Amino acid sequence: MLKERYKRQVTPWLYLVLPLGLLGLLTYLPVANMFWYSTTNWDGIDPHKQYVGLANYAKIAQNPDILHALFNSIYYFGGAVVQIGLALFVATVLSYGFKGTNFFKGFLVFPFLLNSVAVVLIFRYLFQGPGIASHAGGMDYLLQHLGLGRFVTQWLGNPHIVNFSLAGVSVWRYIGFNIVLFLGAIQSINPELFEAAALDRANRWHQFRYIILPGIRRITALSLILAISGSIAVFEVPYIMLGGANGSSTFVIETVRIAFAENRVGYASALAVILLGIVLIVTFIQRNIFKDEQVDLV
Amino acid sequence: MRKRLVAGVASSVLVASFLTVVGYAPSQAAPAGWCKQITVLTNRTDIAPTTFTKVYGPQFTAGPGKGTTVKFESFTNYNQDVRTMMNTKNYGDVLGIPVGVTPNQFPQFFSPLGKASDLSKTYRFVNEGTYNGTVYGLAQTGNAGGYAVNLKDWKAAGITTPPATPDEFIADLQKIKAAEPSVIPLYTNYATGWAPTAWTNSFTGYAQGPDATNIMTHDKAPWTAGKDAYIGDDLLYQVVADKLTESDPTTTDWEGSKALINKGTIATMFLGSWSVSQFQGAGPNPQDIGFYPIPVKDPKTGKFQTYISGDIKQAINKNSKCQASAQAWLTWFEQDSGYAYSQGGINPYLKGPNGESYTIFDKLGVEYKSLNPAPAGHDADNANVWKASGIPQDGSLEQAIIDTARGAKSGSEAAIFADLNSKWANGVSSLG
Repeated sequence: MLKERYKRQVTPWLYLVLPLGLLGLLTYLPVANMFWYSTTNWDGIDPHKQYVGLANYAKIAQNPDILHALFNSIYYFGGAVVQIGLALFVATVLSYGFKGTNFFKGFLVFPFLLNSVAVVLIFRYLFQGPGIASHAGGMDYLLQHLGLGRFVTQWLGNPHIVNFSLAGVSVWRYIGFNIVLFLGAIQSINPELFEAAALDRANRWHQFRYIILPGIRRITALSLILAISGSIAVFEVPYIMLGGANGSSTFVIETVRIAFAENRVGYASALAVILLGIVLIVTFIQRNIFKDEQVDLV
Repeated sequence: MRKRLVAGVASSVLVASFLTVVGYAPSQAAPAGWCKQITVLTNRTDIAPTTFTKVYGPQFTAGPGKGTTVKFESFTNYNQDVRTMMNTKNYGDVLGIPVGVTPNQFPQFFSPLGKASDLSKTYRFVNEGTYNGTVYGLAQTGNAGGYAVNLKDWKAAGITTPPATPDEFIADLQKIKAAEPSVIPLYTNYATGWAPTAWTNSFTGYAQGPDATNIMTHDKAPWTAGKDAYIGDDLLYQVVADKLTESDPTTTDWEGSKALINKGTIATMFLGSWSVSQFQGAGPNPQDIGFYPIPVKDPKTGKFQTYISGDIKQAINKNSKCQASAQAWLTWFEQDSGYAYSQGGINPYLKGPNGESYTIFDKLGVEYKSLNPAPAGHDADNANVWKASGIPQDGSLEQAIIDTARGAKSGSEAAIFADLNSKWANGVSSLG
């Protein structure tokens, strides 16, 4: 009897040994190691790691490049807000259903399926300036032919524009994901509600305002919270496009650069710990604010 | 959006796992011996499957290799990938020493090849792979300082002799701009990151003499007018500020630029002699590509000068069980493979032939020089000062200079150099 109970308690753990082992080996052990490295001045290969206490963390606060990189997150957060608004609009329109809905769905989600490197290469050609005649950029060409030639600028070279350009690419790249998210949420709303509303002569705007918006409030709020941590951890687009040059560096780019270009792995580990802390705090806030919020449409 | 969160957590975890895969010290050297196969790590992804595997490998196997076959592993991201591998004992049998490994770390990773005093009778650039009088790495080829030009563009502007001072260099570029408005006088290749680093590195020795590196190691203000580091970075600032470079540096395209200098759309690229063969091969006009000496003449003799230096150093993994085969390959590769000549370089083997790009230099009567090694026991000092100073060597320094000069970044030239000097002084004082 006792043996039977013992077996029952142990069996589930046996199934979990492999996934938990891998999780520990590939996630928690590296994170623990990262904490240790962040207190050393390790250069990445030297077998000897000298303990320096919290000196790396003190250096972070004094580094203006890092603060500037953190500041750049604001562009991406702004982009994310625009992205959520646009995605909400498109998802709502698509949810009403019309000819070619499925085509547009696929069309709009497509950029999300592309590889970041491909996306960046496409935009690099779009943004290219008129410096070399044979390489005239697509963006400038389009603007000139639309009679908007006075808006032509160096999309990546102009330091006041570069972060807007990059945030724009990011919006283009990720908007498909938001559309799918919103569309799924909208379609999970009970269709009888729309029917009843139509009977009461509610127009499209009323349906959006009083049924859709409250119905998908949790998803919208979640997207906004994720946008905060996402914009702090931006990496691929600015890194592949410019390597963080011309004032487009982000927190993660600075971390990678310090670790692998300046060979200051200890210092970079401290930065990674800070990033982990920020992401954890944001996740914690999200979990607590949106924990038990029930939405009742009826 | 969720993707971004995942990416955020993933990148912090990714950085962490990079840091953890590594971290185990190599131990004692394995016994010497011959093996059926050895592995060579190389950064030459372009010719590893062709020249290396099809020509060098079989030649070695049939010759001094006594039947040993050679397997080549090439890496696009050589320095980073191999540095990570070096945290285990598995990093090939013969490998190029990755950038960032300081001389005092050589004995931890590589087998000694001999005494510097002996090997320097056979090879050039021996001191560059030496620590405490023992050699750990030999250069695979050598490069000479200078820059690549499109001779047709320079001639069209009425210039037939290379500029002899930085001011003449600027004046000549202005002549090119005036004579041919469609030509870009100088292309920075800003976006590559590595290309603009030449401005900081290429002038070492030209004004301060063969001891320049050792002087810089103890100089608390090397970015001061008249000193090597200042001359290069100041010249970069001036040419950009004078609008003699491409109008939008952020969208530069390295592969495309090779064809453009061959065609004459670009008149000048400030890159070492290794670039010449690539520019010649990038289009129908190889005869238009020339190589000019650095625009700083020897202050004593008044002659053009060039400092030659070794390329990537070849070394043997000290954990390799194939020490004898690895040693045989290294010797054959250095002396008999013809690699240095085929790359148009200065041959590290004293008896071997130099590449063909140096005929122009010989016509001008350019003096060949090389930098003096660090005093015994101080081989790692310069590298350690760079590391401790935190001055980036990946091009972001030069990119910042370009951005400031074209008005895209706030600040002034004087402020940049003051900041560099204070960082460097911190690095110098870390030597103790």
